[in-house]
Amino acid sequence: MAGFRSYGAYVPLHRIDRAEFNRAWGGFPLPGERSVASYDEDSITMAVEAAIDCLRGFDAKSVDGLYFATTTSPYKERLCASIIAAALDMRSDIRVMDTTGTLRAGTIAIGAALDAVNAGGADSVLVVVADCRMGAPAGTLEQALGDGAAALLVVRDGAAVEVRDSYSISDDFSGMWRADQDQFVRSWEDRMAHDVGYSAVLPRAMIGVMEKCGLSSDDVSKVVYDSPTDMRRHLRIAGELKIPPAKVQDSMFLTVGNTGSALASMMLVAALEEAKAGDTILFASHGNGADAFVLDVTPAIEAVGQRRAIARHLESKRMVKNYETYLRWRDLVTLEAAQRPPKPPTSLAALWRSGKDILCLYGVRCLNCGTPQYSTPTVFGGGNPTRVCVSCRAKDQFEPYCFADKKGTICTFTLDHLAASPDPPAAVSVIDFEGGGRAVFEMTDRDPDRITVGMPLEMTFRKLYTDRGIHNYYWKTRPVRC
Amino acid sequence: MTESIKDRVAIVGMGCTKFGELWDKSAVDLTVEAAYEAFQDAGVGPDDIQAAWFGTFYGLTSFGLSTPLKLQYKPVTRVENMCATGSDALRNACYAVAAGIYDVVLALGVEKIKDQGLSGLDVTGGGFPSSNVAPITTAPSVFAMAATKYFARYGLSPEEGKTMLAKIMVKNHHNGSLNPRAHFQRELTMDQVLNAPIIAWPLGLFDCCGVSDGAAAAIVVRAEDAKAFRSDPVFVKALQVCVGPGAGAMDNDYDYTHSEETYRAGLAAYAEAGIRNPRQEVSMAEVHDCFSITEAIVMEDLQFSPRGRVKDDIDAGTFNLNAELPVQPDGGLKCFGHPIGASGLRMMYEMYKQLQGKAGPRQIKDPQIGLTHNMGGQPQAAAVSCLMVGL
Repeated sequence: MAGFRSYGAYVPLHRIDRAEFNRAWGGFPLPGERSVASYDEDSITMAVEAAIDCLRGFDAKSVDGLYFATTTSPYKERLCASIIAAALDMRSDIRVMDTTGTLRAGTIAIGAALDAVNAGGADSVLVVVADCRMGAPAGTLEQALGDGAAALLVVRDGAAVEVRDSYSISDDFSGMWRADQDQFVRSWEDRMAHDVGYSAVLPRAMIGVMEKCGLSSDDVSKVVYDSPTDMRRHLRIAGELKIPPAKVQDSMFLTVGNTGSALASMMLVAALEEAKAGDTILFASHGNGADAFVLDVTPAIEAVGQRRAIARHLESKRMVKNYETYLRWRDLVTLEAAQRPPKPPTSLAALWRSGKDILCLYGVRCLNCGTPQYSTPTVFGGGNPTRVCVSCRAKDQFEPYCFADKKGTICTFTLDHLAASPDPPAAVSVIDFEGGGRAVFEMTDRDPDRITVGMPLEMTFRKLYTDRGIHNYYWKTRPVRC
Repeated sequence: MTESIKDRVAIVGMGCTKFGELWDKSAVDLTVEAAYEAFQDAGVGPDDIQAAWFGTFYGLTSFGLSTPLKLQYKPVTRVENMCATGSDALRNACYAVAAGIYDVVLALGVEKIKDQGLSGLDVTGGGFPSSNVAPITTAPSVFAMAATKYFARYGLSPEEGKTMLAKIMVKNHHNGSLNPRAHFQRELTMDQVLNAPIIAWPLGLFDCCGVSDGAAAAIVVRAEDAKAFRSDPVFVKALQVCVGPGAGAMDNDYDYTHSEETYRAGLAAYAEAGIRNPRQEVSMAEVHDCFSITEAIVMEDLQFSPRGRVKDDIDAGTFNLNAELPVQPDGGLKCFGHPIGASGLRMMYEMYKQLQGKAGPRQIKDPQIGLTHNMGGQPQAAAVSCLMVGL
C-alpha cells in the first residue's frame, strides 16, 4: 500500500521571544517563542534542508518526482520544484509541481503524490512543504506565525507509514488571504475566520475519512492536525471527536509558531519520530476546505534512519537578539545604505552554464591524481568544472564530485565589518572538506564570538540576494547544526 | 638563455604627487603633475618621450595618459595587474628600452579612487559578467584570513598577534610623519592601534592602509645614456613579476600564512640582481603593506626573517628607519597611501630619492640596494612584482 517511506523537517536555527514583539509595540503578548528564518532563508532554502533530511540514506536519483508546496513562493512565474530538485541533484526525467495558494497546499501535494504512485506514474515522489509567511508589524499574526519546512517521501511500495484512505473537502470560504500584491497575511475578524474556515470544516474531513475507514476514535493512536493561530480552538476539535488531549500532536505554537502550509506536515514528522509499528494516525489540515488521511505505521518505521526532523532541530536554537534584527532580516525597515559598491549584475547566462555546480555544489575529482577540487566562480576567473587540475595540472581528466554533502573544518576565517551584510559582521570561512578540497564561502547561522580555526562545518543551501527578480541560491558554511 | 636586466636601464627622472583624499584634483591633474615633475627631474620634455606605459586599475585605456599630456601620436599602452599595476608599468617600460627599441620612455601610474564615494576599495567590479555567487569579500577580509591563520599556526594569542601587527603600523606611521607627501602624517601609539575599531577581525582600522588618490611617474633610459641626463641615475638591478595560479583557496596544501608569489618573485629578483644574502645585502625596502599582516608575512617571504619568526625582528626593531633593514621609509601604503595604479611607482620614487640622498629627514645612511615589493590580489592568489635598484 502506498504511503511514506521517509520523513524529514527543518526548523530555522533562530527563534525570537514573543516578548520582543510586546517590547516593541505593546499590546497583547502571546506566550512562548517563534522560529525566524534567517535573512538568507526562504521557502526554497528551507525546503531543500527538509528534503536533505528526508533523503538521508537514500539516493536522490532514485526518486521519480518532486512536489513543492508553499504559500510563499519566491516566484510568481518560475517553477520552484525544479530549483529544489536541482539542489538535491535529482534526475531531470522526473515529475515536478508547485502547489500553492492555500494553507492546505502541503496535503494537496501529498494527495497528488499518492495518486501519482497509485496510478503508476511514479514509484516515488518527494513532497516538500515550506512556508515563511509574514504578519504585518504590530499585529498578532507577526507573533503567531513561524517559519519551517517538512518533507515526506511518498512511495508505492515499502512504506513505513501506509495511507489507508483520505477524504477531502473544498470550501471557498477564506478567513485569511493575500492578494497578489500583498506582503502580509490579511485576516477577516478572527472569530468568524476560525469558526467558519477552521472549526466548521476540519472536523468534517476528519470524520469523513474515519467513516470511510470504519475507524472509531478509540482506534486512533495519535491525531495530527494543524492549528489556527488560536491554541484553544486546536484542542477543541479533538474534544469534538472524543479524542483525549494526550493523543493530540503538539502544534508547536510555543516553540515554532504557525508555519502555514508546512505546519501539518511538520507536526506529522514530529509524530512519526515517536511512532511505533501498529500505530494508527489521523492526519489532517485545513485551508479553503480540508484534507484528512488515516495512516498505519508499519514495522518499516524502524528502518528510517536518524533524522534531524523536528526534535533535534528544536533543540538546536539561537535566540535572535531583538525585534530590530527580525525587522532587518525580513527587510521591513529601510536602513542607511552601506558606503560600499552595489552588487554587480547577476549574469543569467553564467548562472545557467554553472547551474549544477552552483545549485548542488559540484566540483570535480581528478582522475589522474585523485584530488577533489572546487573552484569558486568569481569575476577573476574560476568556476566549475575547472579545466586544469589544481594539483597535477592534468587537463580535462575529471569526474564530477559533489561537495554539498561533505563536512569540513575551518582553515581560516574573518569577521568583516566593512562588507555590507544584513547580519554583520559578515563571516567568511575557508573550509577544508573531509576527503579533500577547499573553498571560500560565507558562513551563516554562526555566533561571531565562537568561530575558531579547526571548527567543524557543514554546507547549507541559502539565498544570496536578488537582482532583477533573479534569486541567487548558493551554498554557505555553518557550524555543524546538530 | 635568460638574460638579466641588471644595469641595462636606468631611471633618470621621477615624479610623485602628494597622496591623499585630493578632493580638488582630478586624475588629469595628478597625471600632469607627476609627469611634469619627472620631466623636470630628468631634464626632458614630453616630446622626448618615445613611448609610454600607463598603469591604472580603475581607469581605462591609453587615453588616460595621452590626453592629459597631449602626447603626440606616441605608442602608449595601458597596463593593469591589480595592485601591482604601477610596478608592472615600469617593468614594461624598462624592457622596451632594454630591447633597444626606445631610448627614453615614460611609465606613469595614477588612481582617483576617492571620487567613488565609497568606504574602502571596490573589489567587486570589472571582469566578465558572473553568476555572482562568490562570497562577500572586501580587501581587508581576504588579508585578515591570513592573520587569523598566522596567529593559529604560530600559537599567537589574539593579543600577541595584534600587538605584533600594531608595532608594524606604529613604525610606518612614524616614517609617514616625516613625509610631507604622505596621505597620513601623524604618529600613532600602540594603544591607538590596538584599540581601533575592528574592520575585519583581527585587523583593526589602523591595520589597514589608506585608500588614496595620487600619481607617480618615472623616466627610463639606457644605462649607457644615463649619465648624460644626470650625475646620479638609479640603475635597475632586477624586475620580476610573479602571477600565481590563484589556487590557494582551493588547494588544501596552501598554508594561508605566506605569499608564494612573493617568495618566488623575491628568489628570482635576488638571482637577477646577484644577491646572495638578502637581509645583509638589501639596504632598504618598500613593500606592500596594504595591511599590517601583509608586511609581516612579506618579511618572511622575502627572506628578511625566518618563517614564523618575524615577530622577533619586529620586536627588535630591525625594520625601523635607521635600523638594520629599514622597511617603508616613506610610510608605506599605510601612510603614504594606496592609489592602486600609482603605488608601485611611488615605492620606486622613495628608493630613487633615498639612493640619491634626497630623502630629507627620512634619509637612510648610504644605501646601496633598494627593493620594492608590490602585491596585487590576495595572499592565496596574487600578482607580485619585486623590483630592485641601486647606484
